[in-house]
Amino acid sequence: MTMKSSSRKVDGVTIVDLSGRITLGEGSVVLRDTVKDLSSQGDKKILLNLGDVTYIDSSGIGELVSAYTSVRNAGGELKLLNLTKKVHDLLQITKLYTVFDISDDEASAIASFSR
Amino acid sequence: MNATRVSYTLESTLASVNKAEQAATELAAKSGFDEDESGRIAMAVREASVNAVLHGNHYDPTKRVTIAFEVTADALTVSVRDEGQGLDPANVPDPLAPENLLKQSGRGIFLIRAFMDEIRFRALSPGTEITMVKFVRGADRDGSKEATQ
Repeated sequence: MTMKSSSRKVDGVTIVDLSGRITLGEGSVVLRDTVKDLSSQGDKKILLNLGDVTYIDSSGIGELVSAYTSVRNAGGELKLLNLTKKVHDLLQITKLYTVFDISDDEASAIASFSR
Repeated sequence: MNATRVSYTLESTLASVNKAEQAATELAAKSGFDEDESGRIAMAVREASVNAVLHGNHYDPTKRVTIAFEVTADALTVSVRDEGQGLDPANVPDPLAPENLLKQSGRGIFLIRAFMDEIRFRALSPGTEITMVKFVRGADRDGSKEATQ
């Protein structure tokens, strides 16, 4: 299953609903291009909804880290929403769980962005 | 139980990585590993295949990746070999070190180590072979987590 991405805006926060696999090749490229496009449009509050992401490999993890650092370096914030157990475990093993701001509740995730 | 052996010689492409992952998923399930364990094994095989295709063979169409599976009653053993310039596992940076935590790459071998019970690297001429073993729960093991030959 390839990765799909769609964006919506709620209270000034851009929520990116991702589904499928974020792996070396197509999935990683979709994520990279999506975040790059949002940043170039000036979006600085980005919430990646990973609820329907079924699989991430090390390349996908790298792409999440890269997205996080590029948005942060541009003065924005990138947070994660709705991790599956597999993705949660991967971020824990790689010690990235404490790096990312992660939430299971969309409303509170939106509210957590600085105003 | 007699050993079952399957091997694939594949092109240095992403399609080969996906094929290796799929084969690992199927063989792990047939070996009796549960869904979570099969997923971890498949990810380890995927990561080793990515290393072979990308970092070893650099997508070179003249170079092949060979992936061999051996299923016994005690374990699933997978070896992945490339025809690249070689890899010294001692030189692979620790992705958990604070200075490496936010790097984009460098987590593949770490994940293989995390998900498999034994890992061995062998220098070929040319290339590298990584052999990974996952024991069926309760099977005997020699206690060594990793060895470099």
